[in-house]
Amino acid sequence: MAKKVIATTSLAGCFGCHMSILDIDERILDLIELVEFNKSPIDDIKTFTKRVDIGIIEGGCCNSENVEVLKYFRDNCDILISLGECAIMGGLPALRNGIPIEECLQEAYLDGPTVKLNTKKILPNDAELPQLLDNVYPCHEVVKIDYFLPGCPPRADLIWDALVALITGSEMDLPYEVVKFD
Amino acid sequence: MKEKINQIISKYNSDRSRLMDILLDIHDEKGYVDKNDVNQLAKSLGISAAEVKETVSFYHFFSDKPRAKYNIYLNNSITACMRDRSSVKEAFEKACGTTFGHVTEDGMFGLYNTSCIGMNDQGPAAIINDIVFTNLTPYRVSKLIEGLKAGNELRSLIYESNGDGNNADPDMHAMVNNNIRKGSILLNKDYKKFDVIESELAKRSPEDVIQMIEDSDLRGRGGAGFPTGMKWRFGRRVEGDHRVIICNADEGEPGTFKDRVMLTEFPDLVFEGMVIAAFATGADIGLVYLRYEYKYMLKYLNRILSEMREKKFLGQNISGIKDFNFDIRIQLGAGAYVCGEESALIESLEGKRGEPRDKPPFPVEKGYLNYPTIVNNVETLASAVRIIKNGAAWYSQFGTKDSTGTKLLSISGDCKFPGIYEVDWGTSIREVIEMCGAEKVQAIQVGGPSGMLIGPRDFDNLSSSDLMKWYKPSGMMVAEKFFDRKLSYSDLPTGGSMIIFNMERDLLRDVVMNFMEFFIEESCGSCSTCRNLPYIMKMKLEKILNGHGVRKDIDDLLSWGKTIKASRCGLGQTAANPILSSIVNFRHIYEQHVQAMADYDNTFDIVKSVEAANKFVGRKTEFHSN
Repeated sequence: MAKKVIATTSLAGCFGCHMSILDIDERILDLIELVEFNKSPIDDIKTFTKRVDIGIIEGGCCNSENVEVLKYFRDNCDILISLGECAIMGGLPALRNGIPIEECLQEAYLDGPTVKLNTKKILPNDAELPQLLDNVYPCHEVVKIDYFLPGCPPRADLIWDALVALITGSEMDLPYEVVKFD
Repeated sequence: MKEKINQIISKYNSDRSRLMDILLDIHDEKGYVDKNDVNQLAKSLGISAAEVKETVSFYHFFSDKPRAKYNIYLNNSITACMRDRSSVKEAFEKACGTTFGHVTEDGMFGLYNTSCIGMNDQGPAAIINDIVFTNLTPYRVSKLIEGLKAGNELRSLIYESNGDGNNADPDMHAMVNNNIRKGSILLNKDYKKFDVIESELAKRSPEDVIQMIEDSDLRGRGGAGFPTGMKWRFGRRVEGDHRVIICNADEGEPGTFKDRVMLTEFPDLVFEGMVIAAFATGADIGLVYLRYEYKYMLKYLNRILSEMREKKFLGQNISGIKDFNFDIRIQLGAGAYVCGEESALIESLEGKRGEPRDKPPFPVEKGYLNYPTIVNNVETLASAVRIIKNGAAWYSQFGTKDSTGTKLLSISGDCKFPGIYEVDWGTSIREVIEMCGAEKVQAIQVGGPSGMLIGPRDFDNLSSSDLMKWYKPSGMMVAEKFFDRKLSYSDLPTGGSMIIFNMERDLLRDVVMNFMEFFIEESCGSCSTCRNLPYIMKMKLEKILNGHGVRKDIDDLLSWGKTIKASRCGLGQTAANPILSSIVNFRHIYEQHVQAMADYDNTFDIVKSVEAANKFVGRKTEFHSN
């Protein structure tokens, strides 16, 4: 059986979900037997070099670059997984969704107690920078997402089980504790 | 003002459980409650400022900001919208010079939206400084505001004369109409006031009375259909220093207005029912929870109670029966749909936020101030009087075998004769449609938004138990769990509200959306399911209506709707019903809106979503196609 190809990315996330992927410990050696990685921070491949079976997305979309990367993943991956709270619901970054973006920028760059050094009142508007979205969007509101793995971060075992189930085509065991959080 | 508030507090003996009355009085005095008042109240009542604040913020008719001289609460229920509410709204905004949700700069007018005020048969209606104005049109609105600006007295600007029947009573002076279209055993002018208290009770033991109610198979008319006799028997059995009878007159389910008519025309019958219930259960405390929207009746109802006291039908040794002591107090609500749920109602009666309690214990075990408490609907109590007067066998000849007696229906919407109909149980919807002169009926909302939307194929088989599958009563969800007893109330859902929609109505865009907005507004916020899901589901419905829907969206709605059953009270559990029941009965309409071929679509627009930030930082919105 040909190895499945996996790609991963972190959008508006904290890389905690990626750390959780690494938390599968020595099983990463088993995983390498089953899969090869393509575009991913794990191997630092920047662009897709072939069609990918499974794309794993950490984080939601807070700027135009996130959206672009996410669409890039959707175009190149057969299956997309939203991994963790931020990808699924926006997570902590989405706390700003209740506040108009103008107010957020005002506080972050002009009024906040920690911005005393910004004496020239510079706002980030360089054309090289990603453009900020009005809200932080969960991935499934931007592209079609096939699977959702909840958690902050999702436990390593959950990620492992999900990947093994997807790769081997077997059904995933989802006991109550895995989907119940409060 | 500080002194004034102290007077109000001492009027209620600094009793924390009377916080609702204290707040109502302060609002009468100055129109709102500010931070200083909150602190003063907290200190005098021995509770925290947060407890006062959370109560103020919970109720629609309380305010923590100054309101206007004239506060206009325009009802936004579905039937008002069907009768051109939007023009009336515009007329108010134009005449007052401000928009809804705001107070004019001169402090003269405040415009507010409000949920159903029980005037569905004569909408659009508004409550202005506690006076109800019905059948509003843009013309009437402009004349009304003109008159107020010219300094005329508000009441003098009532466009029509007083309404029919007791609405014209000097203590009520309301332009409200009863619109009684069909009476039977409750709406019956032959009723001899207080006959049962005077000549029947002394002849019987409490046990006899309960037995008669049980034999009659009377069931709760507020929603759940719990056997009344059983509730009374249970209440009598529980030990307590006091026992309490509560009359639930908080009909907040949009489309329901039967209790308003009962209390207008037959308040004596309702109060007599409370006295009978007190006799049967050994209760000494009586409370009527009257929704704020019906405040215009308060003076009139209190007069009836005084008359009863004078005649010894309330007070000590009622009707000469030794140690039968019972009195009734009317508690006003302050605008909260959820207070129709009996445990939320009790919380509110104790001067707190109207949040439903966890059950058990049930109110009959630990209710108002932890005393055994029996909560009955207005109509249930009235029915009890007729049963004791004429006997259980007499009562059982009305209705069907498993649903005895009559039911008051509040009928509104697309029909010639909206109003109150008292029909025997077992009447088919087709008969009701003919009765009220409705034509080309597309759908009927049975039992308010929390009930179900049914289409023509159901019109003939109203007695089928299918109806009950979807209808979860909103009033007293307790019943089902209570004695683990399955209800066989297989006829009309008992709330009795029926809103009729003809073929020209857009069921999803107008009706279902309106109902979802109602549930979003009225959620008490305690359970995350009822707080969030109605909002999320409404967004999904909007997506479908905007042409971005796919088939999966319909399936998502159905599966998410199941989760809402985890809510604590019956109201929350039914908050998804407008969408769920319309998918079940009108799925074809949903399918017309969704894209047949697409399996994914969204409403995300990147250009739009970066505009605000780009504008703020001074940057052009540019996207390079690659």
